[in-house]
Amino acid sequence: MKLTDKKKKDLLYKTLRIRIIEEMIADIYPQREIRTPVHFSIGQEAVSVGVCENLTANDLVFASHRSHGAYIAKGGDIKAMFAELFGKVTGACKGIAGSAHLSCPQKNMYSAPILGSLIPVAVGSAYAAKMDGKKDIAVSFCGDSAIEEGVFAESINFSLLKKIPVLFVCENNFFSSHTPLYLRQPDTEIFKRIKGMGIEAIRIDGNDVLEVYQKLKSIIFKIRKEQKPFFVECLTYRFKEHVGPSLDLDNPYRSEKELKKWLKKCPVKRLSNLLIEKKIIKDIELTQMISKIKKEVTDAISFAKRSPWPKNKEMLNNVY
Amino acid sequence: MSTKIRIISYQEAISEALYQSMQNDKNVFVIGLGVADYKGIFGTTTDIYKKFGDKRVIEVPASENALTGICAGAALKGKKPIIVHARNDFMFLTLDQMFNIASKWKYTCAGKSKVPFVIRAVIGKGWGQGPTHSQSIQSIFMHFPGLYVFMPSNAYDAKAAIITSLKQDCPCVIFEHRRLYDAIGDVPNNMYTMDIGKARIVRKGKDLTVIATSIMVKEAIKAAKCLEKKGISIEIIDPRTLVPLDEETIIRSVKKTGRVIIADTGWVRCGVTAEIAAVISEKAIGYMKAPVKRVGLPECPAPVTSAYEDQYYPSYKDIFVQTCKMLGKKIDKDILCTKEVDDFIGPY
Ligand SMILES: Cc1ncc(C[n+]2csc(CCOP(=O)(O)OP(=O)(O)O)c2C)c(N)n1
Repeated sequence: MKLTDKKKKDLLYKTLRIRIIEEMIADIYPQREIRTPVHFSIGQEAVSVGVCENLTANDLVFASHRSHGAYIAKGGDIKAMFAELFGKVTGACKGIAGSAHLSCPQKNMYSAPILGSLIPVAVGSAYAAKMDGKKDIAVSFCGDSAIEEGVFAESINFSLLKKIPVLFVCENNFFSSHTPLYLRQPDTEIFKRIKGMGIEAIRIDGNDVLEVYQKLKSIIFKIRKEQKPFFVECLTYRFKEHVGPSLDLDNPYRSEKELKKWLKKCPVKRLSNLLIEKKIIKDIELTQMISKIKKEVTDAISFAKRSPWPKNKEMLNNVY
Repeated sequence: MSTKIRIISYQEAISEALYQSMQNDKNVFVIGLGVADYKGIFGTTTDIYKKFGDKRVIEVPASENALTGICAGAALKGKKPIIVHARNDFMFLTLDQMFNIASKWKYTCAGKSKVPFVIRAVIGKGWGQGPTHSQSIQSIFMHFPGLYVFMPSNAYDAKAAIITSLKQDCPCVIFEHRRLYDAIGDVPNNMYTMDIGKARIVRKGKDLTVIATSIMVKEAIKAAKCLEKKGISIEIIDPRTLVPLDEETIIRSVKKTGRVIIADTGWVRCGVTAEIAAVISEKAIGYMKAPVKRVGLPECPAPVTSAYEDQYYPSYKDIFVQTCKMLGKKIDKDILCTKEVDDFIGPY
C-alpha cells in the first residue's frame, strides 16, 4: 500500500504535536504548578500515532503510566489534558486522575499506572464487543516491564482461547524505571518468546511512524476480520528520565552514547527529514506546523491556569 | 564494643539495619524492583548493593505475586529474604501468595515447617501521586492470622523493625512511610531489637489519649504542642506493631484519660482505627467519658489535584480540633501554626 503525501504530512503533524505538547509540559514542569508525577512520551510518539491512526472512534485504547502519547493520538482534548495536569475542574477527569490515570472516556481511552493492570481490561472490553457481534477492537499498550506481570500471560491465554480481537502493543524502550531489559528477561527478543505462547507476534521499528502505521494497518484489519489477538513489539526509546522532565545521564544505567544513538533515530526528525528530502513538505510548512501547535498548547496552558479548582465538597462525589 | 547513639535519619536507619543484618547472616538477601538501581529505593539499598553486590541485592522482573511465592520457597530452605516494594500499593498483586500460602504455611504444617520472610513496603503521600500510589493498606494485613505487621514511626523503630522481623517464624510486613525518610532521631549503632507487641508511650498526658500510627505519630506530637498552649495535656501511644497489638498499654491509658482519638494513615472503615476502637469498646467501655473519635482518610480514593491535598490527608489539625471538641474547649485556630510550606517534589 502506498501512502499519499497528504497522509505522510498528516502523520508528521500528529507525531510532532505529541512531541511539542510534551516538551512544553517539560518546560513548565519546574514551575510546580503541575503537581503530579509525569512519565513523558518523548521519543516514543511514533507508536501511539501509528497505532491509533488505524483505529475507529469506538475502538478502545488502554495505556499505562506513560499515557500522554496514547491520550493525544486517540483524540483526547488538549485543553482538558492540561487542565487535568494542573488539577483543575475543567480537566479530562476533573483533576482527579492527573497524568498517570489520564483518561478520556468519550474517546474510549483509559490509563492506569499499576503495571499490567489494564491488560485484562482491554481483553474484556474486546470480548464484550465480540459478544455483541460488533467489529470494535481493543488495544493494550504496555511497556516491556508490564508484560512480566502474571496477568499478561493469563490475558494472552484467555484471548487466544476465546478468539478475542485485541491488539497487544508492547512499547519496548529497554527499561523498567532504571533497570535494563537484560537484567529482567532471559533474552531481549520479546516477540519470539511471546510467539511461543501461541499468539501471532512480530517486532517492528517503533521509531518509524510510516512503518508503524502501515504494518499496523494490515494487522488491525486482520484482528477485526479474523477475530483473534495479535502481539506487536515496537522497538523504541524514551529520551527523558523515567519520571519527570529532565535528562538522566549522570547515572550508571544508561550512557550518553546510547541516548545519542537513539536520538539519531528520533521519530519526529526521521519523518520530517524524509519529507523535506523528498520535497513532500517545505521548511516553511514545517515551521508553520510548529507554530500552530505551539499556539494550541499555549492556549491550553492558559486555559488550564485560569480554570477553577474543583470545589471542596465535590471530593466525595462519584465514589459509588 | 560499646554502643554509640547517633542522630540519623529514618532512611539511614533502614539502610544500616539491612547492612548489619546481611553482614551478620549470609542467608539474608534483599530482593525487589529497583533495589539494585542507582536510586536504591530512596537510598535505603544503595550501601548494601555496594557492599554485597547483585548476588544478595537482587533486581527482579515486575512479577510481585510470583516473587512472594519465590521468597516463601527460598525461606523454606533456610534463606531470609527481604522483599522491597517501592509502594505498598504493589502488594495487591501479592495477596494470593501472602494470604493463601505464606501466612498459613506454619499452621497447616502443624509447626513442622515455616516460611519466614520480611516485606518492606512504602506508603506514599501527596504530590499528586494519586489513587494507586498513595494508599495505606496495612489494615488488610492485620486481618489475616499468620503475619506480623510493623509500622515504624521513627528512625529507631525503623531499624528495630527490620532486625526484629528477621528473627520471627512467620512473614512480617513493615510499612515504611515515604514522608518519614528524612525524619531524624536517636539510633544506636548496634544490632538491637524491639519487643514486638509492645507499644511506646511517646508522651505522657492526662486529658485524652491519642493512639497514632506511622506518620500520624509525628502529627500527634505537633498537635500536643499546640494543645499544650491551651493547657490541654494529651497522652500519645504508638503501637509500633499492629499485629501483635499491645492492648494492655492502650487499655491502661484509656482507663486513665477516659477519652481517645485514634489516628491512622488509612481509611477508617474496617481499618486500623476500627480494630483499636473495637478493642477499647470490649475492654474499657465503662471508663469512657466520651465516644471514641477516629481520624483517617475520607471515603474516597486519593485524588490527584492539589486542591484536595489538605482536605484529603489527616494532620495534626484534625487531632487538635477533635481534642478540643471532645473536651468541650474552644477551637482557637490561631494556635495552629498556619504557614506550612510543603516542598516535597519527589523523588516519588
Ligand atoms: C505492579 C507495579 N509494580 C511496580 C511499579 C513501579 N513502576 C512504575 S513504572 C515502572 C517501570 C515500567 O516499565 P515499562 O512497563 O517497561 O514501561 P516504561 O516506564 O518503560 O514506559 C515500575 C517498575 C508499578 N507501577 N506497578
